Amino acid sequence: MAIEPNSMTTAVLAPSKPPIDWSNSIKESAIAALVMLLIAIPIFAIKTDQAMNNVLSLETRWGLVATLCGLVFASRLFAHVVLWNRAPGAKPVQLIPDSVTAALGKISPVFGPLALGFAIIFPFVVYIEQGNGALKWVNNYGIQILIYVMLGWGLNIVVGLAGLLDLGYVAFYAIGAYTYALLSTSEPIQLWMAAHIGEGFWQAWAFWFCLPVAGVLAAFWGIILGFPVLRLRGDYLAIVTLAFGEIIYLVALNWVDFTGGGAGITSIPRVTFFGIPFTPGDDGFAARFGIDPSPVLRSIFLYFLILGLCLLTAFVTVRLRRLPVGRAWEALREDEIACRSLGINTTNTKLTAFAIGAMFGGFAGAFFSVRQGFVSPDSFKFLESATILAIVVLGGMGSLVGVVLASIAIVGGTELLRELDFLKQVFGDDFDPTQYRMLLVGLAMVLMMLWKPRGLISTREPSVFLKERKAVSGSLVKEGHG
Amino acid sequence: MSETMLQVRDVKTYYGSICALKGVSIDVNQGEIVTLIGSNGAGKSTLMMTICGSPRAREGSITFMGTDISRMPTHQIMRLGLAQSPEGRRVFPRMSVFENLQMGSEITDGTMFDQDLERIFEMFPRLKERRDQRAGTLSGGEQQMLAIGRALMMRPKLLMLDEPSLGLAPLIVKQIFDAIRELNKRDGLTVFLVEQNAFHALKLAHRAYVMVNGEIRMSGSGAELLANPDVRAAYLEGGGH
Repeated sequence: MAIEPNSMTTAVLAPSKPPIDWSNSIKESAIAALVMLLIAIPIFAIKTDQAMNNVLSLETRWGLVATLCGLVFASRLFAHVVLWNRAPGAKPVQLIPDSVTAALGKISPVFGPLALGFAIIFPFVVYIEQGNGALKWVNNYGIQILIYVMLGWGLNIVVGLAGLLDLGYVAFYAIGAYTYALLSTSEPIQLWMAAHIGEGFWQAWAFWFCLPVAGVLAAFWGIILGFPVLRLRGDYLAIVTLAFGEIIYLVALNWVDFTGGGAGITSIPRVTFFGIPFTPGDDGFAARFGIDPSPVLRSIFLYFLILGLCLLTAFVTVRLRRLPVGRAWEALREDEIACRSLGINTTNTKLTAFAIGAMFGGFAGAFFSVRQGFVSPDSFKFLESATILAIVVLGGMGSLVGVVLASIAIVGGTELLRELDFLKQVFGDDFDPTQYRMLLVGLAMVLMMLWKPRGLISTREPSVFLKERKAVSGSLVKEGHG
Repeated sequence: MSETMLQVRDVKTYYGSICALKGVSIDVNQGEIVTLIGSNGAGKSTLMMTICGSPRAREGSITFMGTDISRMPTHQIMRLGLAQSPEGRRVFPRMSVFENLQMGSEITDGTMFDQDLERIFEMFPRLKERRDQRAGTLSGGEQQMLAIGRALMMRPKLLMLDEPSLGLAPLIVKQIFDAIRELNKRDGLTVFLVEQNAFHALKLAHRAYVMVNGEIRMSGSGAELLANPDVRAAYLEGGGH
């Protein structure tokens, strides 16, 4: 049959490509299209619509089904003819070429300081540039991404370093959030503080007292979760932690007297600049420091607050990795039996990993509720745990830089989808790009697992070394060992 | 005779309701190399793991240097001066060779770290060449050397090795057995060796036990057992060399 014409430069050097097996490629692509058809019939072909008079009407969408099947057929055929049809011994086609990966690995030592510098000037630049319009950038992008960076780094201690797969991390986030929400709105505390220290004291200072309490309580619950799962690993551990996350969610939803149930807790005191509120009045932050009052000021302060919490998390993680407990976490991830035979107390090692990971989740939770001023169980569903875990996995287990990149991609990407208004002109006014968020995240995950199964940053820096640091790429280690 | 370091008396170990060790007694004396040979599934590794406390002995007593360790948690047993190179090597694959060795010294006070490291690099120069490499990228023989080196970093009084020759080329097996002999002769390290490679193990050992079906069937000096016709028929003829 027809031989694919080689490009002129490679024709001489590369061994010639085998002839394309058209009949087989077409047959295979047709089978893929058939599978798509079978999937599409129940999902896409029939749509029910409820009219104004409550009558259900059926709408068939065969055109859409045909388009999808055509797409599958075409892409499958393309893959057969172009991607998979290579000369024996030739390198497989890579979506992310090795040079890019290598460059990513190389920039990682300077990435930290550069990113930190950018993070510090970012809110000022957008504030000067856009004035009050900066709210969106600082709030939706800056703070939102940093919350997930913090959660990712916290979970990274449990999953990335200690190797304990935790599917219920959002529980600690919820515990932190509810700790602040409940304590700051608690009337007895408010009255006691008003009587003994001063009117309005608790309103102004609640967050600064509750932040450490939230961390301690979350760590306490981390240990509570840790005890029953001490003997579990892998999938069994994952299921129990998943259940733990659901328990906390259901308690928050159903213990109406205590948590306010599905309605949540409202009018939580907002953040203060160490006692000075961000209000336009005379005793407000802007007036005291002689700045023009602006709603962005509070957001900028929240931004630096979460940035500080993130840095604390990173600092503690980096320090702990060099201490015996951090080394024990990593050894535990690698091999529990070997760990025990070296005289390491695996019980304590696991509990500290759970407790410290949970503590940072608790801090992030307290921050979440002071930023929102409102908490409800809806913010702590399983999807949230899954997103945080996706960030850790996409970034590369154990890599701090990877978590940052993955948070920017997943959280920032979602926000970017809201900006794609021009798509409405193509697909009609009902089209909402954010609805496709999870689909895109799923697609990104599948692609990552195909081409970079160990995450964006798969190299691991040794925590101790003799003369020079040498990181070994994950690609050199066999599957499951990198 | 020198004093008894490890004493195992009438130990019975069960996996659920299945009896894996049916009353085993062995002694390891100070300065000796003692080997335990037996076929697959005889219970050799179970005995070694029972000494380390996981699984636990249901009956009997295990005494190490006068302390009863049969009820102690594993990590405390290992802190008494017992080191183990477990079956299947179990190095930490994503950590560097150097980090692996350092994990071994975690329970020591660290003052002798540099000397210990130098000694291990002297014994296994390959480890020195590869000290910054991930342990998972080492060959089987190098991983075995690393597992032994990591156990030695604990500065043990008794070194227990579970099938160090498993899956290794004959030349590497010889290197590793030479190193064990050297450790015993030069430093007076007591070694308890579990092996399927009966020929090499018996040649190396001062004393040996033969385990069949969870029981000790025979014991004696290495040379005696090597000459014993039953042992020869069961473990040596047809492929020991």
